[in-house]
Amino acid sequence: MSRVGFFTDTSVCIGCKACEVACKEWNQIPMSMHGFSGKSYDNTLDLGANTWRHVAFIEQKLPLDARADGASLVDVAQASTAASNGHGMLDTYQEGDGLRWLMASDVCKHCTDAACLEVCPTGALFRTEFGTVVVQEDVCNGCGYCVPACPFGVLDQREDDGRVWKCTLCYDRLKDDKEPACAQACPTNSIQFGELDVLHERAEHRLAALREAGQSDAQLYLADSDDGIHGAGAFFLLLDEPEVYGLPPDPVDTRHHLGEIWAAAGTAAVALGAGLLAAAFGGRRG
Amino acid sequence: MGSNMAEQHPVGFQWVIEAKERGARVIHVDPRFSRTSAMADLHVPIRAGTDIAFLGGIVNYIFEHDAVFEDYVRNYTNAPVIISREFQDVEDSSGFFSGWDPDNSAYFIDSWGYNKAGGEATAGKHEQLADVSGEQAHGAHGMKLKGGQPPDVDATMQDEYCVLQLVRRHFARYTPQVVADICGCKPEHVETVARALCQNSGRERTSAVVYAVGWTHHTVGVQNIRAASIVQMLLGNIGRPGGGILALRGHANIQGSTDIPTLYNILPGYIPMPHPQRHPSLDKFVELNGPDTGAWGDLRPYIVSLLKAWWGDAATEDNEFCFQYLPRINGDHSHYAMMLKMLDGGVRGMLCVGQNPAVGSANSRLIRLALAKLDWLVVRDFAPNETALFWKDSPEHETGEARAQDIQTEVFFLPAAAHTEKDGSFTNTQRLLQWHHKACEPPGDSRSDLHWIYHLGRAIREKLAGSEDPKDRPVLDLTWDYPLQGPHQEPDAEHILQEISGRKADGSFLDSYDDLKADGSTSCGSWIHCGVYKDGVNQAARKKPHSQQNWIAHEWGWAWPKDTRMIYNRASADPEGRPWSERKRYVWWDAEQEQWESLGDSPDFPPTKAPDYRPSGRDKKMEAIAGDKPFILHPDGRAWLYVPTGLVDGPLPSHYEPQESPFKNPLYAQQSNPTRQVFHRPENPYHPVDGELGAEVFPFVLTTYRLTEHHTAGGMSRTVPYLAELQPEFFCEVSPALAAERGLEHGGWATIVTARAAVEARVLVTERIKPLVVQGRTAHVVGAPYHWGGVGIVTGDSANDLLPLALDNNVHISEYKVATCDIKPGRRPRGRARLELVEEYRRRAGVKT
Repeated sequence: MSRVGFFTDTSVCIGCKACEVACKEWNQIPMSMHGFSGKSYDNTLDLGANTWRHVAFIEQKLPLDARADGASLVDVAQASTAASNGHGMLDTYQEGDGLRWLMASDVCKHCTDAACLEVCPTGALFRTEFGTVVVQEDVCNGCGYCVPACPFGVLDQREDDGRVWKCTLCYDRLKDDKEPACAQACPTNSIQFGELDVLHERAEHRLAALREAGQSDAQLYLADSDDGIHGAGAFFLLLDEPEVYGLPPDPVDTRHHLGEIWAAAGTAAVALGAGLLAAAFGGRRG
Repeated sequence: MGSNMAEQHPVGFQWVIEAKERGARVIHVDPRFSRTSAMADLHVPIRAGTDIAFLGGIVNYIFEHDAVFEDYVRNYTNAPVIISREFQDVEDSSGFFSGWDPDNSAYFIDSWGYNKAGGEATAGKHEQLADVSGEQAHGAHGMKLKGGQPPDVDATMQDEYCVLQLVRRHFARYTPQVVADICGCKPEHVETVARALCQNSGRERTSAVVYAVGWTHHTVGVQNIRAASIVQMLLGNIGRPGGGILALRGHANIQGSTDIPTLYNILPGYIPMPHPQRHPSLDKFVELNGPDTGAWGDLRPYIVSLLKAWWGDAATEDNEFCFQYLPRINGDHSHYAMMLKMLDGGVRGMLCVGQNPAVGSANSRLIRLALAKLDWLVVRDFAPNETALFWKDSPEHETGEARAQDIQTEVFFLPAAAHTEKDGSFTNTQRLLQWHHKACEPPGDSRSDLHWIYHLGRAIREKLAGSEDPKDRPVLDLTWDYPLQGPHQEPDAEHILQEISGRKADGSFLDSYDDLKADGSTSCGSWIHCGVYKDGVNQAARKKPHSQQNWIAHEWGWAWPKDTRMIYNRASADPEGRPWSERKRYVWWDAEQEQWESLGDSPDFPPTKAPDYRPSGRDKKMEAIAGDKPFILHPDGRAWLYVPTGLVDGPLPSHYEPQESPFKNPLYAQQSNPTRQVFHRPENPYHPVDGELGAEVFPFVLTTYRLTEHHTAGGMSRTVPYLAELQPEFFCEVSPALAAERGLEHGGWATIVTARAAVEARVLVTERIKPLVVQGRTAHVVGAPYHWGGVGIVTGDSANDLLPLALDNNVHISEYKVATCDIKPGRRPRGRARLELVEEYRRRAGVKT
């Protein structure tokens, strides 16, 4: 079976949060009430045990002239906040009066190299026949090893039962040949579900079109199989740098450094042992 | 404009996104930078309540740049018609049209009419009062016009008093600079938007205007839409594919409940409600309510068939088909008129269905005080809402003004079924009926509205059975015979659709309203819906996928009238019946077949009426409409750039300031719409406006609105965990500049005060709220979503408590979108101190209560 996943095209996300609601409704996830956050229209804050789809809202006020020249964020930040000139601002895509409101629906990335799955001692986390990464709720013992293993901070224990809960890419629906609830609910097709190869191709076309329309910062995120997780089952088209959306710019499978860590630990242990011996023997001598 | 489509109609907005992907340019003109603005190619912020000025600027641009679509305008609109030379424009008389009657705050409209046609309304009335029963009070059907012909026409459109020249002169002062000074935008904004519309209109291209309650919730609501109509008519964008003015209707079936109305002043299909004295007979009713030319010329078959649907065999020629059974109304019983009467003790009981006026209505404190005067109140909703619980839980209980033991109202709460738990239809902005099937039985005691109404009627009829009292006959003679099904004895919704669609005497189904008869041989519950059950098939339930038909999708659902997907589509062809262009081909005349053809829609025109058909001058009904006049619901078949009859506030839209405004009207001495409906009483105080003593006490513009995450007054969303968590608290949106000026802290609390109420909200400081410079001063805006109340998973103060009642007198809709206010940091006082704060503000502003 070919690997399936999500392509989330944030350039057409209207921030309706239908994905969050459809996900919770289908998967019967408890309410996650955080109160008023003040973070634009985002009051669910982050992915977690009780939020498997999360829409980020980023309000930007940038001098557009600087961006139009292809300047980096740093250049822009250093530039003065001089108001943009009248006509330039009228013709920018998705921007009005120097203001830009980015919206993006985040989800578990279903990494190719999924550390969570590898560190799970019980086998609760497994890779499905669709290439997705799923926690089996009846096997998870709540050890929490997977939580720090995730480079995106997606894995999270539910407070009342200690087990880990996350996006299953609607494993139950996939088995019934139905698309995940969030993708079905998305009115503008910002969340697209399908075979990854097809989605990648579509994403490349979309990126080219946006770049042509002047969106010089538009970029694909986690679409590269050479990155630190060897690509993901959920990848994104972003209109700005990943950091702007609260996403790690260069995520790495946490196990990649295990060898170095063990080697370093070994070296340290040897050194420590030598030191102790030296101290002990040195002490006797004294 | 006037719509936040991405947030309020996200599912429909997918088509805007798709159009954009295919090259359409999306422009959002709106006071706030919303999720819609974020998706638009261009957002133009304007001051709330200045839409007519902005649209007036576009009209002026169209004339200044010779962008009028002349062939369209000359033939299809009333542009060449000469108006009475007695007519005087607002431009010439300090903000009033000719005929102003200060004693009644209304216009005598004799001078507004077509020249040589007499200026009176259909019923022979001379004053356009906003009384609402019959006689064209609803405004839509038009005047009597002999033979359907305007008597005085100048085809060159040069006469000083022809409509085109009147319109040109009326809007001449709306130059980009004047518009910018009123709206707070830049002059080049007006030009950019106008240029885009002009470049994208004409034979080869069309533009569409989309609006919603951002236009209707004003004291100039109807005229906002009129102004857009003028733009679209001048550019030839009505009745053509990709054009139109699309009213995004409320969730989910406001269009349907207007067509077969829950409104008090019309019968199904926009037939006026009769008046007790002026309509003593069916003959008189028909004579006074239908222009005798155009589609309304057949009012008699429409109403006779309606009476036959309701009273069946009891309705005969001899008893005027039971016309005397129809209820009569003799005054304004619209929502706020009713609530004020209730406040004065004049209403004993209320059935409140699918509405939460204790949160959703303007000046909702006044509403709650009124509810306490009722003997009884029935509320039907999913869960008890603020209206059902007003007697024990309201802001007035907190301040000590109300006590549960003092309120005598007996309240009944009846749980309602959701749309997934019943059969029925939704009607969308395209007049498209889409049937939905019940997915499951409603839980517990929940029942559909249909179940409740039917069984209520059944119980009443059982109580009255055997009565000899003539006043009981209308109820006892009703055709109340719907088949019941299922465990709850649910009436069959399809059977009701059949009654609406109509039958012939032999019981077979009707095809279209053309077949309706005045002799009682047909029955039809709503003439505009005639044919929705054509051939014995629920046409609204058709669901042929788009992949199996062309883009018109004529086999998906059913659209009134006659399954027409685009109304007035005769206008998509030129006067000779040829498509205006190959690119915009839609409906055209086939000379060989001698009939109208189309890409797949029903032509909205008599199918074999040739483009060169001309009426005799003595013709009536549809025979009076020429072959090149597409707007068949008007007595002259023309679209009205200038409206000679039907509107209380004038034949042309003019900029007036909102009821409450920090600015003077720069155009005329007359500040606000002179015909607006205001209620001067202690419970409904108004603020002083710019220039009046005390105006500075309420210096900011207040606007209320909705968010994607909640549904109107919150009854269907604050009670649902997954929605409640998304917007958990009442918040207000202010600009960084206003936050700095008033010491408001992002994430902290603010108290918003008007002469009506003081409410507290969390503060969201955002660049999306933009202060605008108007008349050299900064106009600060306080934005307040109105979804919260005292009941539910998430609660909070109600923004609509802040608003006054100030209505558009055409339609009695309140000005929710703009008022004035003050804002200060911190939470509001508790208990009596809250009232004292409001009192202190009133004192400072010199507001009399």
